[in-house]
Amino acid sequence: MHKIVSAIFLAENIKKIEIEAPRIAKKRKAGQFVMIRVGQTGERIPLTIAGSDPEKGTITIIVQGMGKSTRELNSKEAGDTISDIVGPLGLPSHIEKFGTAVSIGGGVGTAIAYPTAVALKEAGNYVITINGARSKDLVILEPEMKAVSDEAYITTDDGSYGIHGFVTQKLQELIDSGKTIDYVLAIGPIPMMKAVAEVTRPYNIKTVVSLNPIMVDGTGMCGGCRVSVDNEIKFACVDGPEFDAHKVDFKTLTDRNKLYLPEERQSAEAFAHKCQLSKQV
Amino acid sequence: MDAKHITTKERLAIPRQIMPAQDPQERIHNFNEVHLGYTPELAQKEAMRCIQCKDPVCIKGCPVNIKIDQFIKMIAHGDFLGAARKIKEDNVLPAICGRVCPQEDQCEKTCVLTKKYEPIAIGNLERFAADYERETGNVELPAVAPSTGKKVAVIGSGPAGLSCANDLAQLGHAVTVFEALHELGGVLMYGIPEFRLPKAIVQAELEGLKKLGVSFVTNAVAGRSVTVDELLKEEGFDAVFIGVGAGLPWFMGIPGENLLGVYSANEFLTRVNLMKSYQFPDNDTPVFNCKGKNVAVFGGGNTAMDAIRTAKRLGAEHAYIIYRRSEAEMPAREEEIHHAQKEGIEFMLLMNPVEFIGNDQLWLTGVKCIRMELGEPDDSGRRKPVPIPNSEFTLPIDMAIISIGNGSNPLIKQTTPDIDVSKRDTIVVDINTMATSKENVYAGGDIVTGGATVILAMGAGRTAAKAIHEKMMGINAGGQEW
Ligand SMILES: Cc1cc2nc3c(=O)[nH]c(=O)nc-3n(C[C@H](O)[C@H](O)[C@H](O)COP(=O)(O)OP(=O)(O)OC[C@H]3O[C@@H](n4cnc5c(N)ncnc54)[C@H](O)[C@@H]3O)c2cc1C
Ligand SMILES: Cc1cc2nc3c(=O)[nH]c(=O)nc-3n(C[C@H](O)[C@H](O)[C@H](O)COP(=O)(O)OP(=O)(O)OC[C@H]3O[C@@H](n4cnc5c(N)ncnc54)[C@H](O)[C@@H]3O)c2cc1C
Ligand code: SF4
Ligand code: SF4
Ligand code: FES
Repeated sequence: MHKIVSAIFLAENIKKIEIEAPRIAKKRKAGQFVMIRVGQTGERIPLTIAGSDPEKGTITIIVQGMGKSTRELNSKEAGDTISDIVGPLGLPSHIEKFGTAVSIGGGVGTAIAYPTAVALKEAGNYVITINGARSKDLVILEPEMKAVSDEAYITTDDGSYGIHGFVTQKLQELIDSGKTIDYVLAIGPIPMMKAVAEVTRPYNIKTVVSLNPIMVDGTGMCGGCRVSVDNEIKFACVDGPEFDAHKVDFKTLTDRNKLYLPEERQSAEAFAHKCQLSKQV
Repeated sequence: MDAKHITTKERLAIPRQIMPAQDPQERIHNFNEVHLGYTPELAQKEAMRCIQCKDPVCIKGCPVNIKIDQFIKMIAHGDFLGAARKIKEDNVLPAICGRVCPQEDQCEKTCVLTKKYEPIAIGNLERFAADYERETGNVELPAVAPSTGKKVAVIGSGPAGLSCANDLAQLGHAVTVFEALHELGGVLMYGIPEFRLPKAIVQAELEGLKKLGVSFVTNAVAGRSVTVDELLKEEGFDAVFIGVGAGLPWFMGIPGENLLGVYSANEFLTRVNLMKSYQFPDNDTPVFNCKGKNVAVFGGGNTAMDAIRTAKRLGAEHAYIIYRRSEAEMPAREEEIHHAQKEGIEFMLLMNPVEFIGNDQLWLTGVKCIRMELGEPDDSGRRKPVPIPNSEFTLPIDMAIISIGNGSNPLIKQTTPDIDVSKRDTIVVDINTMATSKENVYAGGDIVTGGATVILAMGAGRTAAKAIHEKMMGINAGGQEW
C-alpha cells in the first residue's frame, strides 16, 4: 500500500499526484516510469515519473484521465492509498551535452517530457521547450517549463493562449530561422510525435520519442508492449520507452493501441456510472 | 487386499488406477481442476502395484531423488502422512510436482514396470499424499535451526527461488525474496492455469514459507528497483540467489506478427491467470474475447497446451494447435496432450506458419501455413521438419497465440555485467554449487537452463541453498578450507 501525500488538478482532467514510494524515489532517473495498480482488481498501467523527493521518499506522477484506470486514479485524494507501484522501469533517457536541445511536449506529454528537460538543462544544454495544448485551460507546467528553458514556447490549437497552431509549426520556424538544433525530444499523442519526426527527418536532426504502447507487466515478460523500430521487434518496457523517432513504425503503434477499445469503453462507462451513483448517495 | 501379504504376481495383476477427472464436455466450460485426485482406496490400490524393487530405479529418474519406493510403501500401508513427510525430505513442493512433472520422461520412465506393464502412477501418488496432508490440516512446520545472523536475498519467487528460500530458512538464515510482480509464485501463478494447478495450492505453499520466517517483497524488480550489487554492498546481504525465470517471449519474425489479435502465450496467460481478465469487467484487465472465435496456438509445449485449453474455456469455437513436427516430438506432457484432444482441441501437425493476414483495420483474419515433412534428425536428436514446396494454404483465424519459447530477461544482465552469461544470455553457473562468476551470487532455474521444468528449477534452488549455506558458514564441502 502506498499513501498519496498530495493530489491537485493542474488542468481539467490532469492531476498531479505525489505518492510515498521511498525506494523508487531514491533510484529513479529522468525518462523512467512506474506501473501502478490502483486497487486489488485493477489493471497495471504505466505512468512516467515526473519528479521525486528522495528525502521525503515520494514520487510525483501527472495523470490524464483517459479511461477507467486513469480516472479512478484521478479520483483519489491526499490520504488515500494505492495498491501497487513498481519501478523505476524502462531505460533512463540518454542525456549528454548535445548543444541545443528542443523538448516538445503535447498535452500530458509535457509532464512526461519535463523531467528529461530538467536533465538536459543540468547537462549543460541550451534548452528550448515547446509545449502544445488544445486550448488555454489545458496548458500545464508552464512556470516549471519556463524555469528550465532558455527559450520557452507554448502553442494552442485554438489560439486561446501562446502561439496559435501546432508544436510542429514552431519547430519548423526555429529550424528555418537558421538555428542549429542538435537534439529533439518529442513526447505526446502519436500523431504529434510522428509529425515531429517528419519535420526533423530532412535535416537529419537526432530525434527521440517516448512510446506509449499498452503494457501488462513492464518487465519484459509478456511482449505486449512490442513496437517495431527499424523493422525489428523491441519491447518498449525494457528496450525503451525512448526510441529513435526516424526509425519507429508509428502506424503499427497507433493500431495496436486500439486493441481493447470496446472493453475500455465498457470499463469507463461502468466506472462513470458508479461515480454518478456515489454522487447521488 | 492386504499390503503386507500380497505376492508380486498379485501386485502385477492390479491395473494402473486411473485418477478420476471432470468430464471433458463439462470441464471446457469451467476453470476448475481437471483431475479430481485419488480417493484413499484408489491410492492404496495403486501403491500396492509397486513391487518394492531392491534397486528402485525409479529414484534415478526423479531429478531430486525422492525416496519413491519408501513413500509408496507407506501409502500402501495407509500411512499417508508418513508418506507426505518422506516425500518432503527431498521435495518441498510435492502437491505441485505431482501435478505438473513430466513423469513419463522422469520417474515413471525409469520404473521397472514400464517395459512390460504400465508404470506406477508415481506423480498421482505423490500428489495424493501431499493433498491428504494439506486437506486434513496436518502440515507440520519443519524444524528451523537457530538464527545464524546471515542474510540471503532471493530474486524471483518461482519454484527455484521458493525452494532455495525454504532450505535456507530451515538452516536458520534470514531470507528475503524479491519479486517483480505484485503476486508471488512465478510461472506457478501467472503461467500454469487454474485447471491444471489450483492457485490455492500455491498459496498454501507460500503461507508455509511465511510461517518459516521468509520475508517477501513484491513489486521489486532486481536490476531496476535494486541491483545485485546494492543488495550485497548496501543492504547487507551475505549472498544472492537469482531465480528470475526465462521471460522475454520469442516471436517468429514472420510478416503480420504485430496485427491485432496476435499474442505471446505469456501475455495471454498473464492476462487471464494473473490479471484475471476472464472476470472482466469486474477485473479491469481486458483480453481478446475468444467467444465464438477461431483461435490458433503455435507451438507444442506445455505452454501451448495451456494457452489453447484456456482459449477453449473462454469460448473459442475452433481451437487449433499448429505444430511443425508430429505428435511424437511434442515437448508437452503426454497427459496434457491427451486432455487437450479430449477437450476438442484440433491438432494441425507438420505445419508451419509463414504469414499472418489481416484486414484493413489491421485485425488478424487468417494465417498462411506451409505443410512440413520430417527429415534428418537435428542437434536435439529430433527429426527436423522441412517444408513441402507449394503446399501453402490459408486458415481463417481471429486470434493467434505464439508459444515457441522464451529468451532471457535482460534486466540483470544490463545492470550486473560481471555475471557471465552464455550466447543465449542464460546465466552460466558451476552445476555443483550453482555459483555464478560473481562472488556470493548464485543462480538456478530457467534463467540458467532456458525454459525447463518445475522440478529442475526446484532442484537447482536446493543445490544453491546448500552451497550458499556451506560458503556462508565456512563449512568445507570438499575437504579444503574456503
Ligand atoms: C511508458 C509510458 C508512460 C506513460 N506515462 C504517462 C503519464 O505520465 N501520464 C499519463 O497520463 N499517461 C501516461 N501514459 C499513458 C497511460 O498509461 C494510459 O493513458 C493508461 O494506461 C490508460 O488507461 P485507462 O484504463 O485509463 O484507459 P483505457 O480505458 O485503457 O484507454 C482509454 C484510451 O487511452 C488509450 N490508451 C490505452 N493505453 C494507452 C497507453 N499505454 N498510452 C496511450 N494511450 C493509451 C486507449 O486507446 C483509449 O483511447 C504512459 C504510457 C506509457 C507506455
Ligand atoms: C504456461 C507454462 C506451463 C508450464 N507447464 C509446466 C509443466 O506442466 N511442468 C513443468 O515441470 N514445467 C512447466 N513449465 C515450466 C516451469 O514452469 C518453469 O520451468 C519453472 O517455473 C521455472 O522456475 P523458475 O523459478 O526458474 O522461474 P519462474 O517460475 O519463471 O519464476 C521467476 C520469477 O522471477 C520473477 N522475476 C523475473 N525477473 C525478475 C527481476 N528482475 N526481479 C525480481 N523478480 C523477477 C518473475 O516475475 C517470476 O515470478 C511451464 C511453463 C509455462 C510458462
Ligand atoms: S518430483 Fe516429479 S519426477 Fe520426482 S517423483 Fe515426483 S513426479 Fe516424479
Ligand atoms: S521402480 Fe517402479 S516398481 Fe520399482 S520401486 Fe520404483 S516405483 Fe516401485
Ligand atoms: S509490458 Fe510485458 S514485455 Fe513489456
